[in-house]
Amino acid sequence: MKSNVGKLLSTAAIAATISAGAAASTLEDVKAKGFVQCGVSQGVPGFSNADSSGNWTGIDVDACRATAAAIFGDAQKVKFTPLSAKERFTALQSGEIDVLSRNTTWTYTRDTSLGLDFTAVNFYDGQGFMARKDLGVTSALDLDGATVCTEQGTTTELNMADFFRKHKLSYVPVVVQKADEALAAYASGRCDVFTTDKSGLAAHRSKLADPSAHIILDETISKEPLGPVVRHGDNQWKDIVTWAMFVQVNAEEMGISSKNVAKIKSETNDPGIKRLLGAEGDMGAQLGLPAEWAYSIIAEVGNYGEVFERNVGPSTPVGLPRGINKLWTDGGVMYAPPVR
Amino acid sequence: MSDKTTSSNKSILNDAGTRALIFQVVLLAVVVFVGYYLFSNLQANLADQGISTGFAFLNQPAGFPVLIHLIDYTEADTYGRAFVVALINTVVISLMGIVLATIIGVVMGLARLSNNWLVARLATVYVETLRNIPLLLQMFFWYFAVLATLPIPKNSIIFGDFFLNKRGIYSPNPITQDGFGIVVAGFILSIIASIALIVWAKKRQTRTGLWFPAYWSSLGLIIVISFLALAVSGFPIEFDLPQKSRFNVTGGMVLPPEFVAVLVALSTYTGAFIAEIVRAGIMSVNWGQTEAARSLGLKDSLTQRLIVLPQALRVIIPPLTSQFLNLAKNSSLGAAIAYPELVAVVMGTTLNQTGQAIENIGLCMLVYGTLSLTISIFMNWYNKKMSLTER
Repeated sequence: MKSNVGKLLSTAAIAATISAGAAASTLEDVKAKGFVQCGVSQGVPGFSNADSSGNWTGIDVDACRATAAAIFGDAQKVKFTPLSAKERFTALQSGEIDVLSRNTTWTYTRDTSLGLDFTAVNFYDGQGFMARKDLGVTSALDLDGATVCTEQGTTTELNMADFFRKHKLSYVPVVVQKADEALAAYASGRCDVFTTDKSGLAAHRSKLADPSAHIILDETISKEPLGPVVRHGDNQWKDIVTWAMFVQVNAEEMGISSKNVAKIKSETNDPGIKRLLGAEGDMGAQLGLPAEWAYSIIAEVGNYGEVFERNVGPSTPVGLPRGINKLWTDGGVMYAPPVR
Repeated sequence: MSDKTTSSNKSILNDAGTRALIFQVVLLAVVVFVGYYLFSNLQANLADQGISTGFAFLNQPAGFPVLIHLIDYTEADTYGRAFVVALINTVVISLMGIVLATIIGVVMGLARLSNNWLVARLATVYVETLRNIPLLLQMFFWYFAVLATLPIPKNSIIFGDFFLNKRGIYSPNPITQDGFGIVVAGFILSIIASIALIVWAKKRQTRTGLWFPAYWSSLGLIIVISFLALAVSGFPIEFDLPQKSRFNVTGGMVLPPEFVAVLVALSTYTGAFIAEIVRAGIMSVNWGQTEAARSLGLKDSLTQRLIVLPQALRVIIPPLTSQFLNLAKNSSLGAAIAYPELVAVVMGTTLNQTGQAIENIGLCMLVYGTLSLTISIFMNWYNKKMSLTER
């Protein structure tokens, strides 16, 4: 009897601490534990993928590394949590991770009803279809009656349904829990077509036995701005993750890269660059960060162009063209507010 | 001193019953308070974080497709209807799995007791292999290793109007025409007649000891009357035949590989456990019972049916119930290979689109709880029916 009451009271006490804990600042928590807990995918080459020795690389991984570099001056102070598409938001809501950087599309519903905030876009993507070359399909409009494989719990599922409904095409949906198993089902011939974001298609195609036997169809059926996500309500933390991304874009625009940043910092006379790199004034204090926060990001992770080329650019197995992810000055849509 | 004792004994607080009651009331109050506290805390925290709550989303259009739906369903239907579709898929796979697993289990259990050396060994190999490999692995095996080796649609294996390929088994789909009501009426009539026949035969046997093959005659009765009704109404059925199209076989009825893989994996896995339960049940019946039956002159088949099985069932039913419950819950693993059951549709897609984890997981828990309790109640009733009635 007594012990039962004790248990109940301790449960209540735990519940009370949880509600108190949720209010603490994420930056304080992160500083206290010494690393950023980052939610990533279970393996999308170029975006977030672990090699055989457990080192994570990818454009989404670098978003977390940039945040860690800004806070600690060390891009390695990140721990990764691989998440499936359906687990990711719950993991962020519950506080299991500090930032979700898992090729996640910024949509209205997600931003407004999940208790989450999207920060900045680190990749502008769109959904497409991949099919076997020997099917002779050249356009997504030829897909009437096709069987389509996709991963569960993504915007992909809804876009696919909308596309086929809009064009009055019939189709058979095979929705698999994990991306790898969805790809396996496609590879085994269960489906004619595999659909996800085009960058994902290129990444997944590089995993197939004979990548050249598969074609990515031209049509892009949706807008998929991908980027890191944080919990709603902690504006300071949101600003840190957002500006870690903006710094990388600004650096590329200013011609600052990981190779020349040390030299530029010591030699430049440009007050804008001095401010950015912490050689003049203290821009970091406004975010609760060290003065060298932006310098650390560029030195440790690189500017946006470097990150892109290293992870998904034409020289990598994923081999994506820069496309609309070029800087606005080069005709793309990558544009960041100035640091001043 | 003795006075004091007497007076305090009379005090209502010293009454054992009252004290117990007070403790119960206090405990209940604490439980209710803590439950309310946790619930309101949850509500407040969800509101703080800006996460939507409530079940209003069930009336919103779902927008996603579902591979297998036994009731009409399109992307324009609501989350609520998608939930019902998934619920039906879970119930169907569970019930079919239970029936198949029971058949497999009984056959394999009897085979392990067989006097035929080869049959007994094969059954042993079956049981030891299947019950020792994780179910999820077996599902992947059936889905990715076995069913994926079937030919692509272009090279379907064809028997008449039946097609077999990677995408499933396609068969003609019967579509009922006007006048099918007569056939339905005939079918129902023949079933009622069969039940009457069985009751009559049983009564007659109790009275006179004469035996009548009631079950076989009922089966004949049902077939003959249904066929006659079909003939009278002029065969009011047309078939929608499957045909090859550009990508797939279209039309007809299709049994998708996801369904087949989940059903086969669930029933063979659970069947292995049931086989052991059946074997244990039969072995628990004293050999003397069989000898006694033989000395009364009963045939071997009748000995099994009338003497051994009813006694074995008393041992078999309680653990069998657990296996049925396991099977129903294990059906949730179907989500891993794209079978659109409850976990896949509600905890997978719906949860992700709406972001309302607590509501969706709560719904799933409610369904599995209800499903398991229903199976449990039925099996307890059956157990009571079969248990020893002492006169």
